[in-house]
Amino acid sequence: MSAGLVHRYIPNTAPGVREQMLAEIGVGSVDEIYEEIPAELRFAGRLDLQQEPRSEADVAREITAILGKNRTTDDLLSFLGAGCWPHYAPALVAEVMGRSEFLTAYGGIEVNDHGRFLAVFEYQSMMGDLLEMDVVAAAVYDGTTASGDAIHMASRITGRKELVLPRLMDPDRLSALLNYNGPWFTPVFVEFDPATGLMDLADLTAKLSDRTAAVYLENPTYLGTVETQAAEISRIAHAAGALLIAHVNPASLGVLAPPGQYDADIACGDGQPLGLPISCGGARLGVLACKNEVRFVHTLPMTMVGILPTTVPGERAYTWHALFDRIFYGEREAARSFSGTSSFLNAIGAGVYMALLGPSGMVDLGTANMQKAAYAARRIGGLQGVKAPVFAGPHFNEFVVDFSGTGKSAAEVNAALLERGILGGKDVTKEFPALGAAALYCVTENHTQSEIDRLVDAIGEVTR
Amino acid sequence: MTTIDPKSPAAEGAPADRYLEYSAIDTGYRAVRWHEKTLYEQSRPGSTNAILPAVEKGIVDAVGDVVAALPAAARRARPPEMPELSEPEILRHYIRCSQMTYGYDSGNSMGLGTCTMKYSPRINEQLAALPEVKALHPLQPEETIQGILEIMYGMRNWLCELAGMDEVTFQPRGGGHGAFTDACMIRAYHHARGEDFRDEIITCAVSHPCNPATASAAGFKVISLYPDEVTGELGIDALRAAISDRTAGIMMTAPYDTGVFDSQIAEYARLVHEAGGVVSLDQANFNGVMTRMRAGDLGADMVHFNLHKTFSTPHGSYGPGAGAVAVKKAFRDFLPVPVVEFDGSRYHLNSDLSNSIGKVGTFMGMVPNVVKAYAWVLAMGAEGLREASEWAVINNNYLIKKLLEVRGLDISWPNRRKLQEARFSLAKLHDETGVGTLDFNYRLADFGVQTYFESHVPRIVPEPVTPEPTESISKEDVDQFVAAFHHISAEAYSNPEIVLTAPHRSIVHREIHDYENLTQVPFTWRVWKRTHPDG
Repeated sequence: MSAGLVHRYIPNTAPGVREQMLAEIGVGSVDEIYEEIPAELRFAGRLDLQQEPRSEADVAREITAILGKNRTTDDLLSFLGAGCWPHYAPALVAEVMGRSEFLTAYGGIEVNDHGRFLAVFEYQSMMGDLLEMDVVAAAVYDGTTASGDAIHMASRITGRKELVLPRLMDPDRLSALLNYNGPWFTPVFVEFDPATGLMDLADLTAKLSDRTAAVYLENPTYLGTVETQAAEISRIAHAAGALLIAHVNPASLGVLAPPGQYDADIACGDGQPLGLPISCGGARLGVLACKNEVRFVHTLPMTMVGILPTTVPGERAYTWHALFDRIFYGEREAARSFSGTSSFLNAIGAGVYMALLGPSGMVDLGTANMQKAAYAARRIGGLQGVKAPVFAGPHFNEFVVDFSGTGKSAAEVNAALLERGILGGKDVTKEFPALGAAALYCVTENHTQSEIDRLVDAIGEVTR
Repeated sequence: MTTIDPKSPAAEGAPADRYLEYSAIDTGYRAVRWHEKTLYEQSRPGSTNAILPAVEKGIVDAVGDVVAALPAAARRARPPEMPELSEPEILRHYIRCSQMTYGYDSGNSMGLGTCTMKYSPRINEQLAALPEVKALHPLQPEETIQGILEIMYGMRNWLCELAGMDEVTFQPRGGGHGAFTDACMIRAYHHARGEDFRDEIITCAVSHPCNPATASAAGFKVISLYPDEVTGELGIDALRAAISDRTAGIMMTAPYDTGVFDSQIAEYARLVHEAGGVVSLDQANFNGVMTRMRAGDLGADMVHFNLHKTFSTPHGSYGPGAGAVAVKKAFRDFLPVPVVEFDGSRYHLNSDLSNSIGKVGTFMGMVPNVVKAYAWVLAMGAEGLREASEWAVINNNYLIKKLLEVRGLDISWPNRRKLQEARFSLAKLHDETGVGTLDFNYRLADFGVQTYFESHVPRIVPEPVTPEPTESISKEDVDQFVAAFHHISAEAYSNPEIVLTAPHRSIVHREIHDYENLTQVPFTWRVWKRTHPDG
């Protein structure tokens, strides 16, 4: 019995309140209420947990000490990306995301929460402009689950059983997609052109049939190349009666063709690059968008904020109520989905980012990423025995480096770079053995020329 | 739908709401109500903000115009039609939006049942925003992220202890995602045993909708059982009738969203196990039973916790949350990878589990929320957790006692004591006055408290009301909520029009659902602009 404990997070633990409230309820102790749980099911042991509460100062000291064992990308010069990209995060994004009202709101409706719905509607709108898509979901969990949702929509819409995927994709994402869509689809993989890493269009054509529900493409691809054939892939998919799903990086869309431009039916991706910190992979924003047609909108398994009229003529309500009959809150098992509480705060943050950059800033962002990555790839590729980029053609902000010619493995290179305070690219040797001693390097607008030069010098040193 | 004369005091939002003006429960609340235009309507073409670093001349000279070099079909043809505004204007807009949002911190959010609205300590936000969390990449070598792995491992140990389980994954990003992970593991478990014929999941209609929906997403047929009218429980007979050699498992919430604790739950687990099925318990309602009950002891094989509910991480306007899944030893091998391990001196990420379902999302999940939850448990200690649950239960039972004095309101399963929440009904009020739960809720917004959660579907209880006064709620908060209910009930019986036309002092009025299908609702500004050329 812990009567007498006064805890700073629990207002009623002030002395005397418990007795008064129990008397009102008409019980002598709270244990009488817990008799609802049969005695044999009640836990009577002692938990192997710290027993007593700690002060705020003690909590801060202990956790800061533990976290101090980490080495951060503020201290290490990092070229890791692979789905978690280090971009500059403007101060305003954190300021707005830290507003108590946005941080702590949840299940209210527009009469009290109109502001967060307006902010989410604006995220949807700016994302719609970037994607050139008319309908954008408020937010799903992350880019991977967004792909899962897109595929799931294609299954429900077409009733077809085959899904065409690129052979070169993130194996982790593929694993999650198969978990989500395993019961509904047989995956069919399209081989890639070994020179460019892009989809082999002849193989694509050969693998399409009236069983194909959708063609799923990634642009940029997992290994950083720009899928320059997206418009052609779209035409081929549609000619077979299949849908086109495009997984894109929103940070690229100031310069690369948006999915709407090549007639994608459903677009998906991760909004993390839009001003959200890397946060050990934690800060994600699942982007999901579609054409404004009944078959798409009604199968989109997530909330959306829309504009509805109110009882006062001319007034707009920004509301998430035009939704509940469609997703699992309304349909339970018929909705066949897994998306509940998702990432609204991150959507609001990404909205601030897009508003700050505006159309010209998005162009600058895309351009800077392409230029710096191209510069890094060219310089690294100039080193003895190092091949970079492995694939020909334009890249966005990632590229594959092959160290085979140096006799070193990617793991050895990374270990030696770490000794020099550098986090090299993701080792993809196990994922794609055919690529050699390969690592996936990420360079963004946030890397300076001197940092890139430092990397190049260090790779030169460790591969010599 | 009643249309309000826009010139009336009610539409003006009004000091003239004299039904409240002299009321004892008047909090003085007037919603902050900016006539805030969208960023698009405020846009000033040509405004730019120099946020990003310039590209160095050395780089530009070396690579040239890489964008112009793209094939035309791969290049963006026209700039995005996004708003253009200066930095201070953008901040002001979002500040106004935040002022028009009712966060947990803004007042009294105890109405939002099943949401477990509680205080999110600010020290936890500060800790999770340290560079040692924020500036970590998930693919860094283990030796550079020992601190974060230590916290994940510590939280794993605590959750195992609280749940009576043996291993944890933090990969799922929310409660629904956690339930889905369970469903995938159940599927993989039967597959590994060569029993793919097990294709049915049993659930309860008063379990959260994510249980049937995720079971169905994983490919199972779903059998929904209804609670007994008297006991609020599933009942052994109903369960026996549903079990067959096709039973893959049961996925249910315990305690239920009705606040009823199903006293026969251990027997259900035994029956499902006897039939070869798996038991998954959704612990979304764990807040009332911490340290009092462990799902593992009841026979559960797997559970999920919502760190954004029970464990205080902020709800974030609807996420990011985190769904931690805990399993018994027999299911460890089926977990998503990686799991965190400790060899006595170093922490490791193990991605080599023989039957792993692989991935359900990116990387290691919502790591910052694990840090926040860890800080919360540290601040509470076992004693504080027990105290918190006791207060969730005391507050709820006090609320029940007080709320049942409100005219026209009843409670479902009145013979049962409730734990963390209860489902009330305004059916009587509706029959007698024409005021339904939606009207009632809109009116509640006028009092400066958050609206309440009505009910998940199916709506077994007519005109439902589901509040949840967690341990963060004070007696005064409960009294305020109850006083508002008395006031609105009295209005319903004396002057229902004031309730039927509510809200009167809120940010916006009632929305009108006048569309044939969702394509007629603008979900982006580009569609709004196209369909409303005159604004």
